[in-house]
Amino acid sequence: MKQELRLSGSGGQGLILAGIILAEAALLDGKLAIQSQSYGPEARGGSSKAEVMISDKAIYFPKVTKPNLVLAMSQEAARKYVDDLSDNGILVTDSLFVKEIPASFKGKVLELPITHTAKTELGKALFANIIALGAIVKLTGIVSEASIIKAVLSRVPKGTEVVNEKAVRLGMALIK
Amino acid sequence: MSRILLLQGNQAVVEGAIAAGCKFFGGYPITPSTEIAEDLAKKLPKVGGKFIQMEDEIASIGAVIGASLAGKKVMTATSGPGFSLKQELLGYACMAEIPIVIANVQRVGPSTGQPTSPSQGDIMQARWGTHGDHWLIALTPGSVPECFDLTIRAYALSEKYRVPVILLLDEVIGHMREKIELPDNYDEIPQPERKQPTCKPEDFKAYATDDSLVPAMPPFGSGYRWHVTGLVHDETGFPKGTPEATVESTNRLHDKLYNNLDDIVEVENFQMDDAEYAIVAFGGAARAVYEAVNMARAEGIKVGLVRPITIWPFAEKQMKALAAKVKHIMVHELNYGQYVEEVQRVVAGKVPVTSYGVYNNEPATPDELLAKIKETFK
Repeated sequence: MKQELRLSGSGGQGLILAGIILAEAALLDGKLAIQSQSYGPEARGGSSKAEVMISDKAIYFPKVTKPNLVLAMSQEAARKYVDDLSDNGILVTDSLFVKEIPASFKGKVLELPITHTAKTELGKALFANIIALGAIVKLTGIVSEASIIKAVLSRVPKGTEVVNEKAVRLGMALIK
Repeated sequence: MSRILLLQGNQAVVEGAIAAGCKFFGGYPITPSTEIAEDLAKKLPKVGGKFIQMEDEIASIGAVIGASLAGKKVMTATSGPGFSLKQELLGYACMAEIPIVIANVQRVGPSTGQPTSPSQGDIMQARWGTHGDHWLIALTPGSVPECFDLTIRAYALSEKYRVPVILLLDEVIGHMREKIELPDNYDEIPQPERKQPTCKPEDFKAYATDDSLVPAMPPFGSGYRWHVTGLVHDETGFPKGTPEATVESTNRLHDKLYNNLDDIVEVENFQMDDAEYAIVAFGGAARAVYEAVNMARAEGIKVGLVRPITIWPFAEKQMKALAAKVKHIMVHELNYGQYVEEVQRVVAGKVPVTSYGVYNNEPATPDELLAKIKETFK
């Protein structure tokens, strides 16, 4: 079955990297994956989204049209990128930034302290994207835990492996 | 041995260039092509190549032409605004028959347009952007693995026919990341080599040809001396302005490609065996069509996809055969309607040819295409 995920927020939050890591984890699991993105001309700020599709079969159209899950890490992203999320889908928000859940969405919402956890547990907001990945993988089982850790560790700068693995586990622990 | 990677189309172009033996890149970064320059800057020095960021796009193609004359396989990469600037020297490379590969990752235009949004608006520019009668090759990959394969093919064609080859990507294909399996080393990839003269340097005539109509091309510095010009020239390489020389030169530049269309023109057929209707689409636009064709077939509509991989020269024979086979053709492209006019020209009213051009910064979705299929093929 094809799984479609959208990771959205502001430019600079590392969501495109998170999308790449998730897709690479799917390849490690022996599945097919496509990652695509859209962003404005700005280097930072502006809204940003990364989309990932994972399937056992060939994936042709590379953009998400029927998301199973949307991650929104900014209020603007929660407004812009939730329209096509069906009520069977899941909306995950970063509770530090998203104060209003779109009224039109009637499905399951998880408001998680993603960036808050990054700041308090790891001292830096920049781990929020990796924490978000841990949470999504725990929640959906879309890729194996071993593969997401391997994919994260192969993408992060040398010397930061321990703290990044901790970030994945902190994300997983946000899902009760 | 091979490795499985998640790569962008732009990065697969880089791998293809390295695999084909590209040793020189001259460029100027521009969205959405920048990853090609970025990755070649890292990889070329490791294979004994050179990367240079020039002061602008015109200088970039100039540097690339110079490196090709020195015997190297070369590349430059750009997007619409830069492709416009490169047109003058693109014509020079056609006239002087200098092999170069130019990647143009299309974005919305004209002018600065919409830098980060996909478009296929440079179809006609790739064909007619430079002035005068001229002929060249343009290839359009539809997936990340095909970016690798077609880049290798671009070098093979460019070297064989001594002609500029344009890799016409769009933002969808250039930026999406997809699974690709690459060989661990590229030693077994066939390396195209230019034809070399068999005569002594003092007997060498730079543009003398055999039946292939493609002259030999010794690298500068090899002892073979020749004159390179954008003026009409005869077989010596020196300008000659007679009517006969112009006709001979023009005909040869045409015939060296058009005598070999079966070697150059490639078209993919998907679900076409029993198709009554066809969608013609290429590059990023074709991705939604595969899905829409499968959805339409599930509802009993016998439709298929015809995907030109070679955009120029035009797939004339294939489109004529298509017109004899199906009841209706729809051309779907991410522009107001460009390639469709060539299809209409060749089909010449035999069957209806409908344009479905999309130019709203997003590729059409499979659902949108399915609706269009139902509306069009009644």
